[in-house]
Amino acid sequence: MNSNPQSSGKELTMVEAINLALRHAMTEDETVILLGEDVGIDGGVFRVTDGLINDFGAERVRDTPLSEALIGGLPVGLSAMGFRPVAEIQFMGFIYPIIDQLVNHASRLRTRTRGRLSCPLVIRAPFGGGIGAPEHHSESMEALFAHIPGIRVVIPSSPAKAYGLLLASIRDPDPVVFLEPKRLYRSERESVFDNGDALPLDQAFVLRSGADVTLISWGAMLTETLAAADLLAQESVSAEVIDVASVKFLDFETILGSVRKTGRCVIIHEAPLTGGLGGEIAARIADEGLMHLLAPIARIAGWDVVMPLPRLESHYLPSPNRIVAAVRRAMDYC
Amino acid sequence: MSIVAKFQIECFSCIDADGHAVAELPEFALDRDVLIELYRWMVLTRAFDERAITLQRTGRLGTYASSLGQEAVGVGLAHAMLAEDVLLPSFREHGAQLVRGVTAGEILQFWGGDERGSDFSGPRSDFPVSIPVASQAAHAVGAALAFKLSKAQRVAVAVLGDGATSKGDFYESLNIAGAWNLPVVFVVANNQWAISVPRADQTAAATLAQKAVAAGITGLQVDGNDVVVVRKAVSDALEQARNGSRPCLIEALTYRLSDHTTVDDASRYRDDEEVSAHWQAEPIARLRKHLIAVHGWTKEEESDLVELCAAEVDESADAYLAESPQPPETIFDYTYASLPQSLVKQRGELLALLKDADNGTEHEQ
Ligand SMILES: Cc1ncc(C[n+]2csc(CCOP(=O)(O)OP(=O)(O)O)c2C)c(N)n1
Ligand SMILES: [Mg+2]
Repeated sequence: MNSNPQSSGKELTMVEAINLALRHAMTEDETVILLGEDVGIDGGVFRVTDGLINDFGAERVRDTPLSEALIGGLPVGLSAMGFRPVAEIQFMGFIYPIIDQLVNHASRLRTRTRGRLSCPLVIRAPFGGGIGAPEHHSESMEALFAHIPGIRVVIPSSPAKAYGLLLASIRDPDPVVFLEPKRLYRSERESVFDNGDALPLDQAFVLRSGADVTLISWGAMLTETLAAADLLAQESVSAEVIDVASVKFLDFETILGSVRKTGRCVIIHEAPLTGGLGGEIAARIADEGLMHLLAPIARIAGWDVVMPLPRLESHYLPSPNRIVAAVRRAMDYC
Repeated sequence: MSIVAKFQIECFSCIDADGHAVAELPEFALDRDVLIELYRWMVLTRAFDERAITLQRTGRLGTYASSLGQEAVGVGLAHAMLAEDVLLPSFREHGAQLVRGVTAGEILQFWGGDERGSDFSGPRSDFPVSIPVASQAAHAVGAALAFKLSKAQRVAVAVLGDGATSKGDFYESLNIAGAWNLPVVFVVANNQWAISVPRADQTAAATLAQKAVAAGITGLQVDGNDVVVVRKAVSDALEQARNGSRPCLIEALTYRLSDHTTVDDASRYRDDEEVSAHWQAEPIARLRKHLIAVHGWTKEEESDLVELCAAEVDESADAYLAESPQPPETIFDYTYASLPQSLVKQRGELLALLKDADNGTEHEQ
């Protein structure tokens, strides 16, 4: 182990926190194997795996050929034979070949063999916009993955969440797609304890409690959502903010509990509106919480357009003002 | 100009279509009992195949892909494997699965639409058949990496069709097998057809074995209707993989004598003459000829063996037909290691529906 923090909390970026979680997982379990493009000596293009090859060796931190179908498929065989691969896809734009392996194999090997073989694997990928990245690097396609039965989809919103949720994902006996909002990679620091404590999957986090409206979001959009909550506070509107974190499976108890209390709800996501997970959350609230609603459920999402290149990107991403406006409409409604 | 790379592909055979040895036979092929064992597996595979088709035609099995004519590939390769090796089969390798110890009943169960058929009682680490063509090649290199990392003397063996060699994941798998020196053997059962697309339309490459060349691994061809040479080539490849961690691609030349599946009609795209010509080279008759000529195989032995295989298949088919389906709620039970809350709820809904149906509150069934 190198000089990374151990038991004392240290202010880390999300990149450092993920690195720390990988380091912890590789130390506690020698079946954890990292693989992906440039994850070795280069430490990954975002430096998430920086230094791991030095400490764990090239056997366990493996640079693959440029080969996404393989990065999806090889971990199926590797995990079914007793290892815990954590594969990195360099950018979300290149993740699509692995959907074949996720849908057709990783997600169903346990079912197909009635539990004889299974795939405890993690696919990590940076995703989302807001950093002026080149074309194909900024989409938010979490709904594609959440639609696949047999996998989990997890999105951290802070360094400490990234640490705890990634540990949980690696220890989980089923395939997990772990999407890292790259806008948050270095935007903030948070105290992270390297105590090996995983955060629960299937659990949402209440980031801020409030009485008038529930704001539901995940990943990088929580930045805008929290900013909107601040603005609303100035108007004496008290907003509760929920970080969904596990977009599959949703912690619906927490969501419904909040909506019962506030009676109003705005769901915010960076992904395009149509087919986005906001629709799923809204439908479930309508299903089980309709009588508690004082206003229609609103969704503030990316437009249904091709992700713009950096110069127009800010017009795509939901802004605090759009969120505030949606809340005002809900407040005016009743 | 200078030549910077050169390659040649060798094609091997041991016993020709007339049953004559055309090369020095490997030691195992001089042993009457071993040859009879290989013969028995092929006869059993064909008997199984016939029964499966009958079951399908009478509505008691789902769509089924026959291995008629290519029994030597599956039987030869599986017979060469050690128990601790891992097979990653395509959907047409019933012979290989049977030799590996998957029961005929389990194979029927799978094609009859029951997941339990892939919970093999025999080879617990073998993969279920892969329906998405070529995708199992990637699992094979993953399994091979697992063996290499854990220093286990095991080899992953993937079986693919000729059509599979046109896919990117096939190449990506060969490529990483070479780059990482993985203990894996790819066997391409080149049966000349991918549904209606003939081998010639699949690729301009003269052989499929040479696809290995671009990946820097060994590639060779064998007569895939000659169970002896298949077994020998796979055995040698396994040895290389096991002890030197050297991957290999073996193209086994064979022919699909059947329709693609029970829902296919091959007469739409190929002539009967082509098929009957290939009947002259099929694997079972040639080994029988060899057994008669060299090992004094008798008519009585032949009829006893055929009878025994038929009885074995009968027994498996009867057991398969007697099997009751899994309880409906089991569709939930293996989706995750433990059932997530929202699936607990959905499972409950299904159970309630079933209860209603039992109580007759659901409309007429
Ligand atoms: C990726 C993929 N594409 C298409 C299909 C539909 N399909 C099933 S079998 C087949 C032909 C396969 O040919 P080949 O690889 O030569 O194997 P064979 O059927 O001859 O054993 C096709 C196109 C499939 N199962 N998987
Ligand atoms: Mg074919």
